[in-house]
Amino acid sequence: MTSELDVGMGAGGLATADMVLNIGPQHPATHGVLRLRVVLDGERIVSAEPVIGYMHRGAEKLFEVRDYRQITVLANRHDWLSAFSNELGVVLGVEAMLGMEVPERAVWLRTLLAELNRVLNHLMFLGSYPLELGAITPVFYAFREREELQAVMEEASGGRMHYMFNRVGGLKEDVPAGWLGRVASAVSAVRRRMPDLEALIVGNEILEARTRGVGVLDVATCTAYGVSGPIARASGLDIDLRRDDPYLAYAALFAPGGPGRVVTRSEGDCLARLQVLLEQVHVSLDLADACLDTLAMLPAGPVNQRLPKVLKVPEGERYTATENPLGFNGYYLVSRGEKTPWRLKLRSASFNNVQVLSQVLPGCLVADMVAVLGSMFFVVGDIDK
Amino acid sequence: MSVDLPMPRVGPVAEHAPKPIRVVLNWGRRYSLWVFNFGLACCAIEFIATSMGRHDFIRLGVIPFAPGPRQADLMVVSGTVTDKMAPAIRRLYDQMPEPKYVISFGACSNTGGPYWDSYSVTKGVDQLIPVDVYVPGCPPRPEALLQGIIRLQEKIAAERVSGAAIGARQPGRTRDLDQRYAGHRTAAAAEVTRGLVTKP
Repeated sequence: MTSELDVGMGAGGLATADMVLNIGPQHPATHGVLRLRVVLDGERIVSAEPVIGYMHRGAEKLFEVRDYRQITVLANRHDWLSAFSNELGVVLGVEAMLGMEVPERAVWLRTLLAELNRVLNHLMFLGSYPLELGAITPVFYAFREREELQAVMEEASGGRMHYMFNRVGGLKEDVPAGWLGRVASAVSAVRRRMPDLEALIVGNEILEARTRGVGVLDVATCTAYGVSGPIARASGLDIDLRRDDPYLAYAALFAPGGPGRVVTRSEGDCLARLQVLLEQVHVSLDLADACLDTLAMLPAGPVNQRLPKVLKVPEGERYTATENPLGFNGYYLVSRGEKTPWRLKLRSASFNNVQVLSQVLPGCLVADMVAVLGSMFFVVGDIDK
Repeated sequence: MSVDLPMPRVGPVAEHAPKPIRVVLNWGRRYSLWVFNFGLACCAIEFIATSMGRHDFIRLGVIPFAPGPRQADLMVVSGTVTDKMAPAIRRLYDQMPEPKYVISFGACSNTGGPYWDSYSVTKGVDQLIPVDVYVPGCPPRPEALLQGIIRLQEKIAAERVSGAAIGARQPGRTRDLDQRYAGHRTAAAAEVTRGLVTKP
């Protein structure tokens, strides 16, 4: 890496003193309120420490004073880019503890909506990451596609971001007449126009120069820190709960010959992480199409269960993990037979993914810090809960 | 800590500035609002959506390219304000030059929203800084932010440029120090922090 040494000042012959640089909590590169305390030797990062808690809203404590319907409101909001997947984890856990069967139509609709939510989440990062690297245009293309998908999500649920569409035992209500056709056209429109966005990112010389070989994360560090999701898969950790511990209709979708596949890379650098995200969009669009095909064949039927007025979960405990767009999202639900949970511990993906910055950043240049930070694809609310 | 960037004065005869001058000044201010997005949570995503092609608030003269608070006219607080974040918000607000405006975007920064009983959330950004326009919703739709911006522009258009009117808007400059807080609220963030809420 001689060429890198030429640009990186410090740590060479010059006598330098370590400098402590504070980044954040309000900084354009942290897309949110993450704060980093970085020790620098010249331009090279010696150590980095993420300082978290600026978005701590105490959701776990509030879960304990909300009944099971109200919990989804808060569960929606910790990772605001994957609201549907978040509420899914809560209701799956409660249904499992109640021993409740969910109608088949609701299972497939949930799978469809979860995959659309995954596309929405990834599109946000596919727009914002180039923005942090200095490319302004891709974010406009990403948001055009987001608006297209948000329109169908809104038509079904009434919300653009926080859907509140899951209920214990199914969905809030059936989707509007003709909605499946509109989803199909939205999915095909997004698929048709994705090359516009990809052409700006993939193979872009500047983007590759900023990301190739930068911020390399190895598999051992991934497992040590509990890194999951697209970031772990970009380092070659082939794990995806949709395939390995299937919930909803994923067992059928990820069966041999099905449209589901797990995207992995082996490089573990920023570029690999971006490529995983990009390819996952295509996989999710394929999964959404497969869900639409199945839903078209399913007979009309209920999408939810009749619930008692006061919903009490039997005494016990259960850990429910789902594959959120950013990684594992787990809820550890302890019930004492009351209408509120005794404890609902949240295991969020970004919390673990951001910890690893303290391992990845040392050795990088300050100029690469933004590239590494952005490629960790975190949501600050998901870190701080 | 506080940066003294006072309101630019029109001159000694500002009191008697004729109406056309006032109209021109306010017209210039209302259509070149360089905005500083204090993006905190979910609402920040809707703020970004509003700045994108479909909703496009640049057509209203709101320019989202302010490099920092020191070059901004408008601060949009979008998202949950926590007690840990509160000092930073106050500090960045103080760094903005006069005339400065604040839009509180979303239920969390209006009142605490769904986190109204949280131990760590500030119950409304107006306990820290004066707010000109509140946009309700959780998160509000982009159209709601556009409406909020139009409301703010109407407010700016109606402003007077005389010395007394400017003095009344200055935080801490008036005899009544409670003017620092919007509306009837007179509490600071630390004063409203509460203990845990008991189970129902």
